[in-house]
Amino acid sequence: MSQHYPALLVIVPLLSALLISAAGWLNKRLCFPIAVAALSVAAFSSVGLLLRVLDEKVVLYKLGGWSPPWGIAYSVDYLNGLVLVVVSVVALLNLIATQRNVEQEFSEKIGAFYTLYILFVTGLLGIVVTGDAFNLYVLLEIASLTGYGLIAMGENRAPLATLNYLYMGTIGASFYLLGIGYLYIVTGSLNMADISAILPSLYESKTVLAAFVICIVGVWLKMAFFPLHAWLPNAYTYAPSAVSSLIAPLMTKVIIYVMIRLMLTVFTPKYVFGTLNVSDSIVWIAVIAIVMGAILALGQRNLKKMLTYIIVAEVGYMVGGAWLGNRAGMTGAILHIANDALMTLCVFLVVGNIVYKVKGYAFEDLKGLFRKMPFTMGAFVVGALSIIGVPPTCGFFSKWYLISGAIQAGHYGFMVALLFSSLVNVILFFRVIEISYYEPFEDHHGQESHPGKIAEAPLTMLVPLLIVAAGLVVVGVYTGDIVNHIIEFAIPKEIV
Amino acid sequence: MSDLIPFIVAKYNYWIYITLMMIGLYAMIAKNNLVKKIVGMNIFQTAIILFYVSIGAKKGATIPIIEHAHGNGHGSVSHTIDVAHYINPLPHVLMLTAIVVSVATLGVALALAIKVYNRHKTLEEDEIIDQIKGI
Repeated sequence: MSQHYPALLVIVPLLSALLISAAGWLNKRLCFPIAVAALSVAAFSSVGLLLRVLDEKVVLYKLGGWSPPWGIAYSVDYLNGLVLVVVSVVALLNLIATQRNVEQEFSEKIGAFYTLYILFVTGLLGIVVTGDAFNLYVLLEIASLTGYGLIAMGENRAPLATLNYLYMGTIGASFYLLGIGYLYIVTGSLNMADISAILPSLYESKTVLAAFVICIVGVWLKMAFFPLHAWLPNAYTYAPSAVSSLIAPLMTKVIIYVMIRLMLTVFTPKYVFGTLNVSDSIVWIAVIAIVMGAILALGQRNLKKMLTYIIVAEVGYMVGGAWLGNRAGMTGAILHIANDALMTLCVFLVVGNIVYKVKGYAFEDLKGLFRKMPFTMGAFVVGALSIIGVPPTCGFFSKWYLISGAIQAGHYGFMVALLFSSLVNVILFFRVIEISYYEPFEDHHGQESHPGKIAEAPLTMLVPLLIVAAGLVVVGVYTGDIVNHIIEFAIPKEIV
Repeated sequence: MSDLIPFIVAKYNYWIYITLMMIGLYAMIAKNNLVKKIVGMNIFQTAIILFYVSIGAKKGATIPIIEHAHGNGHGSVSHTIDVAHYINPLPHVLMLTAIVVSVATLGVALALAIKVYNRHKTLEEDEIIDQIKGI
């Protein structure tokens, strides 16, 4: 059983997606339990895999028994073991927390919604677990196509925003495919480990350079790295709340994992930081990404849209950290994948709860919410503190690693950008907290309703949210263990 | 100049795929109609499929199946396998998957265009943006 975890991780959700689609016709009430069961199996296998990785370092699974350079292999090491756990746990928590949202927002389409949801998670898990460059492209497209479907289920402007996302996403994935094509021309292999073994003699080749540049630009498009970010805010804002709290934490983070995987495993740090001499300029682009993300977030009068611009800035954190080229920066980037997924999940779940109760997420809708929904807003404060980077929460620790990486690399621009963005986050979140704490609650006719009346979201939404909020602190407290036992081994020894 | 023409002719498959890709990209950026943009996107994807197919192709080569491997009886010469005579089928097989992906993407995109049309009663992007700003 346990030797089949890598396959179960992908196949169980994939088959249950079919099952859910069938159950949608028979009895809509069956869809949700099947989805929960499928993602529980995935979460269980990913935790089991991480434990195995801690013992065995690398878990290699040969699909169909074909050995790696020819067959497709799933390989799990410290890096994707950690990301797998994050993806499956976040997806499961969000599934449980948003059940009521889904019933409220599209009760007619529950079967279709959960089918797409599970397929999306299948795609993400597949991207993370696979050791084959072309297989990654196919799973990337599975995740993207289902993601488009999910986002398009949203309100008024959602279809147009999705269409813009679709253009950019398709260009990004096509660029990745093209880059893999160039790599295949020179190496004749698609297996990541095999490619990295063949490449060293070809480091000076122009084709390898072209492959690298095209692949990286492709993944930047997909992750909404600053100049290529234009599709993200609208798509994530107009998506249904159950979808934005799934896609916003996971999609960008998984693509950042893909970038780090390309840098560390496929092209090796020796090529990326040695032969190529571009890391400094890329960190500068990341600096611009962080500053622009923060400034654009300041201009929003709408909670959800403000959060999407914060994601743009956070992508800058991780890309910059990964390209600093030292151990602390890379540790910060990988740790931030996990932390940012949790933080983003926390704040987007809060938005989901607010939408469920208040039917809106503009700043005017937030008045008096602390009195109305004290637990939800309490979780929001924890999430906000974590995004700002206040010590006991996990956001502080990844930012600490990123900043110390910037100082070690002598890249003070990146350090200043990180501090600037933290300060802007303070303004952003305290503005929201001020509105929802001090201004009295108004109903839609402009009359002040009775203060002190609690109208909290139902328990099924509240409990997962509080678990996530507590998780932010717990992960923060155990950061040392995560770094020493997992991330330390995920980074190759060449990076010091 | 005299160097340029052999350079282009020798690698004509790459020039064709790049030209197609740029046509697709141009349509996606410059066209105002949503369906034209979607078709441009499809041309873009097709260009990459062409690229893969052309790197696997070879003039005068055959499929990688050994003919009469058993019981031929005319000496051992015909059994020797010369890789140069065979086409590498892998890029072509990969493109079967990529074609499926591109068809699925096209389907999703057109479905979204229908949704946009139902809501705004037009497929011209500038008119849709005017409508959104007007609301």
